[in-house]
Amino acid sequence: MKVKYFAWVRERVGLAEETVEPPADVRTVNDLIGWLSSRGESYAYAFEKPKVIRAAIDHSHVKPDAAISGAREIAFFPPMTGG
Amino acid sequence: MSVTATIRIQEADFDVGREIAALSKGRTDVGAVVSFSGICRGDDNGEAIAALTLEHYPGMAEAEIGRHADEALSRWPLQGLTVIHRFGRIAPGENIVLVVTASSHRQAAFEAAEFLMDYLKTNAPFWKREESREGASWIEAREHDDAAAARWTKS
Repeated sequence: MKVKYFAWVRERVGLAEETVEPPADVRTVNDLIGWLSSRGESYAYAFEKPKVIRAAIDHSHVKPDAAISGAREIAFFPPMTGG
Repeated sequence: MSVTATIRIQEADFDVGREIAALSKGRTDVGAVVSFSGICRGDDNGEAIAALTLEHYPGMAEAEIGRHADEALSRWPLQGLTVIHRFGRIAPGENIVLVVTASSHRQAAFEAAEFLMDYLKTNAPFWKREESREGASWIEAREHDDAAAARWTKS
């Protein structure tokens, strides 16, 4: 699946997007945050406060317990400040 | 009559007068047009701002604003609805966002515009980065914006 990062999450990870293949036991958005955090210091820094991180699956906002199976694109970003 | 919202996510500026005219010109069924323009301020809590840079999530920005526009069209009797949100570098005094609602009567037009702006603030995937003399920093979300959006939630 494709993972995208925006704003300071993107800056901390050091990537705008990447393709990942998490193991089968990574089932939810929260699981994915945990798995990504274990991949290196930049990820651990980006996700150090998981409660602040917002997520979207295929362009719709989702909660941390949302299942990621079948997702084409998952995005992580800080709370939005548009408008 | 089915009404379709016009939604544009663009780097270029927009002309508020032209967008208002587009919803009302030549029509006799529109009795009220409300427009809200969000404009880049030159200071934030007393600190001078050189510019804002808006990052957005292409694809999701259109989808998310579209979902809220559809909800506004289903909740209020609107005859027209336009939402424009800019991205990229925006200098103080420049337009950031525009919501225009047209209806037979003012209450629906006012309420729908306010509903859309409250949701845009908290749900549309845009992030503002502020440039000042101190450097650049991401603007933090504000709790009162969440509270403003929550009051539209139907119980």
